Amino acid sequence: MTTADTAAPRSFSLKRFLADQLRNIAPVFTLVALVVFFSFASNSFLTLDNMLNIIRQLSITGIIAVGLTYVILTAEIDLSVAAVANAVGITVAYFTIQPDYVNIANIPLPGWIAIILALASAFAFGLVTAGGMTIIGIPSFIMTLAMMQIANGVSALLIRGQIAYQYPDLITTLGSGTAFTIPLGIDAAGKAMFIPIGWPIIVCIVFLLVGHLVLTYTRYGRYIYMVGGNREAAEYSGVNVKFIIGSVMVICAMCSGIAGMLGVAYFGSAQQNQFDTFLLDAIAAVVVGGTSLFGGRGGIGNTIIGLLVLGVVNNGLDHIQIDSFLKILIRGLILLAALIINVYAQVLKEKQSDLD
Amino acid sequence: MIADQTQHASGGPEPLLELSNVSKHFGGVMALQNVDFTLLPGEIHGLVGENGAGKSTTMKIIAGVHTDFDGSMRIKGREVRLRSAGDALANSIGMVHQELSIVPDLTVAENVFLGNQPLTTIGTVDWGRMNRDAKKLIASLGLDIDPTTTMGALPVGLQQLVELSRVLFSGAQIIILDEPTSALSPPEVRQLFEVLRRLRAEGRSIVFISHFLDDVLEISDRVTVFRNGKKVITEDTRSLTKDSVIAHMIGRGSKGMHMGEEAELRGDDAKPVVLSVQGVSDGRNLRDFSIELRAGEITGVYGFMGSGQIELARALFGKVSLRRGSVRLDGKPVRFRSTAAARAKGIAFVPENRRMMLFRQEPVYKNVSISILDRIHRLWLKPRAEKRITEGHIKDLQIRPPRTAIPLGSLSGGNQQKVALAKWLTHLPRVLILSEPTRGMDVGAKEDVIRIVRSLRDRGVAILVLSTEPETILTLADRVTVIRKGTVAREFSTGHIEKADLLAAA
Repeated sequence: MTTADTAAPRSFSLKRFLADQLRNIAPVFTLVALVVFFSFASNSFLTLDNMLNIIRQLSITGIIAVGLTYVILTAEIDLSVAAVANAVGITVAYFTIQPDYVNIANIPLPGWIAIILALASAFAFGLVTAGGMTIIGIPSFIMTLAMMQIANGVSALLIRGQIAYQYPDLITTLGSGTAFTIPLGIDAAGKAMFIPIGWPIIVCIVFLLVGHLVLTYTRYGRYIYMVGGNREAAEYSGVNVKFIIGSVMVICAMCSGIAGMLGVAYFGSAQQNQFDTFLLDAIAAVVVGGTSLFGGRGGIGNTIIGLLVLGVVNNGLDHIQIDSFLKILIRGLILLAALIINVYAQVLKEKQSDLD
Repeated sequence: MIADQTQHASGGPEPLLELSNVSKHFGGVMALQNVDFTLLPGEIHGLVGENGAGKSTTMKIIAGVHTDFDGSMRIKGREVRLRSAGDALANSIGMVHQELSIVPDLTVAENVFLGNQPLTTIGTVDWGRMNRDAKKLIASLGLDIDPTTTMGALPVGLQQLVELSRVLFSGAQIIILDEPTSALSPPEVRQLFEVLRRLRAEGRSIVFISHFLDDVLEISDRVTVFRNGKKVITEDTRSLTKDSVIAHMIGRGSKGMHMGEEAELRGDDAKPVVLSVQGVSDGRNLRDFSIELRAGEITGVYGFMGSGQIELARALFGKVSLRRGSVRLDGKPVRFRSTAAARAKGIAFVPENRRMMLFRQEPVYKNVSISILDRIHRLWLKPRAEKRITEGHIKDLQIRPPRTAIPLGSLSGGNQQKVALAKWLTHLPRVLILSEPTRGMDVGAKEDVIRIVRSLRDRGVAILVLSTEPETILTLADRVTVIRKGTVAREFSTGHIEKADLLAAA
């Protein structure tokens, strides 16, 4: 039965398939092309060590990108992710006892209370954003721009230009500890070789996995896609659109906050403006991966590819002989190319469904 | 040419505007057929007919919107071929559309002079002159409005008059008004009529398109009736009554009645009231509206476009909130803050525009299951159950092609409408609200939808059907409420009813 059904409009289906899948194919193709390019351009790029390095560098961005994927799937945006990460990272340090030379009036508390307070602050950031958007009706672009400033203000007030170095043990472990090692045998000098797998990578993978499972297999995940695909239709189908929008903003703030806590431990210090590059990186990862800026299309799988593309570009450019100032421009151009594909894929898809 | 003019010489004054033998088709559909129409200088000419009868098409030809038509058009005896709305304006023809094209955030003066503000010698806007001229122009309509107030702050009636003054400013001698009274309160209507009479006294000609027959008969000198793309009559208003106009509009007497042109109502007051709406207002389009929906009955709400049906449906489904009045479900007061809350209480809604509730790029089964996912499982998705349920609906409703996984957009319009209904059929709703359930559908799909709605009624659902088409109401409804400008104009619960009754009540 299925053969008869699919055989008839074959040439047509192929076109439709390509129109459908452009947003998924293009990022994978980009990733492969970049890996091949850098492998030839540099000897040091394609090594196990370096691959692991790339993944390690991605783990904090990855956690933020999970929350941001949810937001972008509903056709909203969150510009406050990096600022919230910074503020929550500083919050957890603020409630931890610091060395004498860190001159801030902090309030040392037991580690687990500090963590709960930091999580609560992340939740509160998300809740304010959600309320501003759903109750008052402020567009996410402006609302989160304001929240970015507010979170930066909270950071500034807590840290007062200082640098904090101590965090609760759990955070220190998850942010900079090694989860386990993979033995690789013995090298020529008779020393045991192994690959350390850090906790941030594990946490990031857990977030990506849970993020994917929720989006793909739960009712909530379906609502996210439907709200992003056609908000009005979701509302007329009796979906609580405001709850979905508000909740993704809270989820995104929580992801950012956790990434911020692990981030300060990963960096080994908590200070102002430490996460600034993470905003662009996280947005770029989601969009380069092919999640539609118009909502409703894409997912964590796309975000993983996007993260890898970003990681490979950032890392690969360090391995080839190139003007370091040019690198910034190249990253911008790659992001622009991804945006063009993203929007073009949407146009193509809409054209295709109009033909039907 | 000469022959034409001698014709007019024999009878009355020479027409200001004349259409002869005009036809217009859209694709294969004939919208206008051999229409003759004359507009005399200094007359108010009423134009009536049902939706799709051809009055709007005719006016759009005159206003230069439709440029491609057969037949000829003359202004003051000179044949013209308008190429655009701007071209029409250059020939002193102006139109005020039902949807006003005002900019609410600009001042009254800016709106009047939109696009051609007077300039000073150095090229900046001459505010002083603009405000003075605007005030003068508005005063010439017998109104006193401060030209520096923002447009949005004015009531709708005045906004409309300001837009009219913009058309006058451009020098229009022929002014076409499309449904000018539909949003106006009675005092505002009187004010508009005064202005129109003043313009007529100045020698301008006005075409007054309206569904509100009382208004048309009050203000017009002559009335032209359209039906099915043809002009039926043009007559002096003095020789017409509301009943005779309706008879011309629906063609009664000419042939037997068709399906949907009459009905036998079977409202049964013994049936329990499910949803009771008492004196609701939304502050704009609904004013003190009341209705009761009974289990196992289809209640029809008939009214012209913009009468408040759309707002009523949205308010009952929790999409917009009500300012005043109460809604009771099974006797208990309810107030829905979201559509999700309304759905949870068993209210279902199919809006007039399918696109509003369907996900064209998603497969059919996701479109059907979106409203029942929580009933399938609180947390997890069960795609197999979704597809099984969808297959059941596809079979029951004869949705074609019978496949669950193809994108919804690849179905025909009628089948999409069935999917929109199927959404609410897995678990019977208590109340089903249908806005324009059969508009724009082919005959087969229409009959399917009618059958489905009736079978739901027979299973005890309280159904509300809102429509601007009398046929839809008369085909489906067990009782009818006519809504006019947001309030109940008349209720019919039992006995024989005809299209003419609805038109006369609205």
